[in-house]
Amino acid sequence: MLDTLPITTHTTPKVEATGLNFYYGESHALKNINLALPDRKITALIGPSGCGKTTLLRCFNRMHDLYAGNRYEGEIILDGQVNILSRRIDPIEVRMRIGMVFQRPNPFPKSIFENVAYGLRVRGEKNKAFIEDKVEDALKGAALWEEVKDRRHDMAFNLSGGQQQRLCIARALATEPELILFDEPTSALDPIATRNIEDLMDELKKKVTILIVTHSMQQAARLSDYTAFMYMGELIERDRTEVIFNQAIQQKTRDYVSGRFG
Amino acid sequence: MMTTSLNRIHASVVQRQRWSHLFAAIAIMAITIAFIILVALFGQLLWQGMPKLNWQFLTSFADPEANLAGIFAAWVGSFLVMLVTATIAVPVGIAAGLYLEEYAPKNWLSDLIEINVTNLAGVPSIVYGLLALGLFKYYLNLGESILTAGLTLSLLVLPVVIVNTREAVRAIPGTLREAAYAIGASKSQMVFDHLLPYSFGNILTGVIIGLSRAIGETAPLVTIGALTFIAFLPDSPFQPTFPFISFAWLKAPFTVMPIQMFSWVSRPEPEFQVNAAAAGVVLLGMTLVMNAIAIYLRYRLQKNLKW
Repeated sequence: MLDTLPITTHTTPKVEATGLNFYYGESHALKNINLALPDRKITALIGPSGCGKTTLLRCFNRMHDLYAGNRYEGEIILDGQVNILSRRIDPIEVRMRIGMVFQRPNPFPKSIFENVAYGLRVRGEKNKAFIEDKVEDALKGAALWEEVKDRRHDMAFNLSGGQQQRLCIARALATEPELILFDEPTSALDPIATRNIEDLMDELKKKVTILIVTHSMQQAARLSDYTAFMYMGELIERDRTEVIFNQAIQQKTRDYVSGRFG
Repeated sequence: MMTTSLNRIHASVVQRQRWSHLFAAIAIMAITIAFIILVALFGQLLWQGMPKLNWQFLTSFADPEANLAGIFAAWVGSFLVMLVTATIAVPVGIAAGLYLEEYAPKNWLSDLIEINVTNLAGVPSIVYGLLALGLFKYYLNLGESILTAGLTLSLLVLPVVIVNTREAVRAIPGTLREAAYAIGASKSQMVFDHLLPYSFGNILTGVIIGLSRAIGETAPLVTIGALTFIAFLPDSPFQPTFPFISFAWLKAPFTVMPIQMFSWVSRPEPEFQVNAAAAGVVLLGMTLVMNAIAIYLRYRLQKNLKW
């Protein structure tokens, strides 16, 4: 088995996983992962199906806590200070600072406005004007404002798939997260909607750190600053995206990015 | 060789299609028979009872004279008993269903409870009557009252509400739960902001189906001692003097529609048979109205829900 390499980055990591192991009951799904997510950069996770990309992504906002029998070992350090995997940290607090966008658009069956406002309502925010402002900012941030400003109180499912996914991004943005996790956000979308989402993410990284799981190597190459290649629960290699795609050190990585397997 | 195998394929298609058509014909026959029986029953009831259905019948008390007798006490009794039943069974049933589905740890105990709750929905109603007789009437000393009847029927309705609530909540996709959690919602926020509102239409349908089963129940109420001859109404819950509201009606003796029907049917005079049929029409009407409300509410509440 290959040892993962120490991470050298020129930017400070926003979040850093060290010695991370994850178990679904008895099954050892993530093996000694070390991964730094540089601040306000896009890091892509690539690898064949079942390699643990999504499992790793879901460690960052402790989604695994929702289901019994899951267990973490190791650390994920936020801002060089706090281990968000610690039992003494409430996962709810983690999720309030780290947003997530899912594989399929999953807006709530509520109005467009209420979808975006929900993150604020969860926090007990009652000030109407403040919520209005934040919703507008979030919709603008998700490049959806122009399309929906006159029908904010329509049901969210009246939007197209791509608009719904941007609504889910706005929903995540409304609470101003520091890191947003994207789990194959464009796999259910057509090429034009995909393009819109990618442009949006490129814009978003001015403000937030992004971790994206993708099945599409082209997407990782187009979009990300850093790419991490995973295989069978291990992080094989992680480097600047152009390095991974052109001069990867590990043979496995080269084979995968050149399409020889996966 | 080629042609024979092609012919065989064709023959097989013809044969399988024949089976499909035959099955469709049998299915249509079955639904027709069921429908005709329903229409015949309801039609006969209407035919027999219609002449008797008038304002006087609805507003008169029981009377030894068939043409003076009415169902005032019975329908008011049914209404009040249902009110008590719903007041108890709905909050307790929904809370229990939510707890079992969302909060209870999954272990042998919760499995055992689940099996038991499902089985309870199928227990004969007379058994509930016996339980109620011992528990409510003798042990808790609640008497032969509306309260006892309401409690008894709420036992009957509870498993239906619990099972329905669980199914309604289970039908909410996991992606919506995760969406709520991912934004920082706590469990109770997830349940009350999402699960409950999205599943409420289906939960309500279950409640009303449970209640419309209960409104026709006779056996358990006979067991706890419902009267068959009542010539007065329970105290009004609304009083002209302070505190303006009264719960005395809960302790009042009662009768309900199916028991009134039963007592008339068992009389020898043919005039009482007509009364029973008329009461049957009213009872069926009550059930149909409840079901119609269930369908309407489900439509209204689910209309804006899609995922």
